Amino acid sequence: MGVGINVEHLNAWYGTTHTLQDINLNLPANHATALIGPSGCGKSTFVRCLNRMHETNPIARATGVVKMGDLDIYKDANPVAIRRRIGMVFQRPNPFPTMSIYDNVASGLKLNGFRNRAILDETVERSLKSAALWEEVKDDLKKKSGASLSGGQQQRMCIARALAVDPEVLLMDEPASALDPVSTSKIEDLIFQLKSQYTIVIVTHNMQQAARVAENTGFFLNGKMVEFDSTHKIFTNPKDKRTEDYITGRFG
Amino acid sequence: MSSNPSHPQPAEDDSALRSPMRAPLTWTRINTARRYLVNHLVTVLAILSTLLVITPLVAILMYLLYKGASSLNLAFFTHIPAPVGEPGGGMANAILGSGIVLALASLMGIPVGIAAGVYLTEFGRGKLLATAVRFTADVLNGVPSIVMGISIYSLVVMQQHHFSAFAGGVALAVMMVPTITRTTEEMLATVPHAIREAALGLGVPKWRTVLSVSLKTASPGIITGCMLAFARVAGETAPLLFTALGNQFWSYKLTEPIAALPLQIYVYAISPYDEWHRLAWAGSLVLIVMIMVAVTLVRIYASRGVLKGAS
Repeated sequence: MGVGINVEHLNAWYGTTHTLQDINLNLPANHATALIGPSGCGKSTFVRCLNRMHETNPIARATGVVKMGDLDIYKDANPVAIRRRIGMVFQRPNPFPTMSIYDNVASGLKLNGFRNRAILDETVERSLKSAALWEEVKDDLKKKSGASLSGGQQQRMCIARALAVDPEVLLMDEPASALDPVSTSKIEDLIFQLKSQYTIVIVTHNMQQAARVAENTGFFLNGKMVEFDSTHKIFTNPKDKRTEDYITGRFG
Repeated sequence: MSSNPSHPQPAEDDSALRSPMRAPLTWTRINTARRYLVNHLVTVLAILSTLLVITPLVAILMYLLYKGASSLNLAFFTHIPAPVGEPGGGMANAILGSGIVLALASLMGIPVGIAAGVYLTEFGRGKLLATAVRFTADVLNGVPSIVMGISIYSLVVMQQHHFSAFAGGVALAVMMVPTITRTTEEMLATVPHAIREAALGLGVPKWRTVLSVSLKTASPGIITGCMLAFARVAGETAPLLFTALGNQFWSYKLTEPIAALPLQIYVYAISPYDEWHRLAWAGSLVLIVMIMVAVTLVRIYASRGVLKGAS
């Protein structure tokens, strides 16, 4: 089951650039939340702060409180443990090229020292089924490299890989931006199904996509969150002029 | 009408206006023939250069076969050198000695070289120590092998008060390290950052990410670097002159002087005896074939289990 995330006064920097300025946001459990905004507005930085990937960059820094349930992830936890509970899917599919499809999906478990064959087999099958990829790859699981799949298949494999470690939250940073329309719609269907079990945050440049998959939407601009509301309200009756301008395509 | 400024008349020379439509045709026609020619010329040049590069290699191998093959027999691989004037004898002890010294050098040089390369790419980015290590490796790479021999002589042999296989191994290991370090660093740098992030994002610790993702992805290039370093030191004579010293008898103790093929070849080649000259040729042939076999075996071993579609 998913767990909600509460963000208070989150600030982030790259070097001296103040990328995120005082973000306050509540991501409810088992819902999908979309983040929209022009390029460079801080959406990706925001999701990377949620699983402490932001700090893997040596010049990056973040302050503020991010709570997953009761756990303050910047105070009480170590970043490696947090990333097992908050999975991430990246903008471009990033399979491990030396690993088979099976090993790619099992990598989160295997690289953390998990060896039980039966449970690995079962997890790989379940994760690939959740990611709607099982039927397409079940015959080549251990024969083919993860990098031999098509772009759309690779991305679904990366989603399966993230699901295999059984996270409670799934962060998706423009998961369909490098994909063709057919693959995109498959990924969207997937997000729609997954949100009954996971809390999902999806960054997207595609406003129809936000409207299709997310209950709530946040609009980011120049490192600030301008508006956060139900997706329906953001798209039909935004409170802020800037949100309206962006949604109607007047800038961005 | 003709003087109305808002309706400019066509200029007398309107080729500039029409050229975008007409010019490409003639332009292409002229140049395809030329490009075709240039293309073929350069292809032929490339083939000739390739031939030029492999000619010395093939020539050396052929000459070694011609000079050395006739002296190769079972005794060469099973017997130790015979005294001057006595027929027969072989280089069995030198073949074993080379194997021991090279194994020792690889055992010491490869882990240190790879570890240093890992530090440079994965942990030392932008750090002063990394710059120092990189600089040292480049300088070390340029140190003449005879200097390396003398250095290890004073650092190891003089301390232990005797020549030894161990000292020879150290000398060759030190020569292997810079090549391996720099290749490892460069190969790791070609591993896309996105793959490291994928592992970190799954909650895999950094050390595990480096071992199982970065190093594994870069391994074909790193193995090539190790093989290059190995092949280079396998034929080194100078660093062994002051360290392993050489030996005419069976020896496999690391604390004693040991024979090695390059040393044996050197001693035999400068000797005044025809019989020894022939054995030196045979030894050279064996050395080259041994290096080729070792490199091929590692390549075959490393390409095992490569998956369909892996890049």
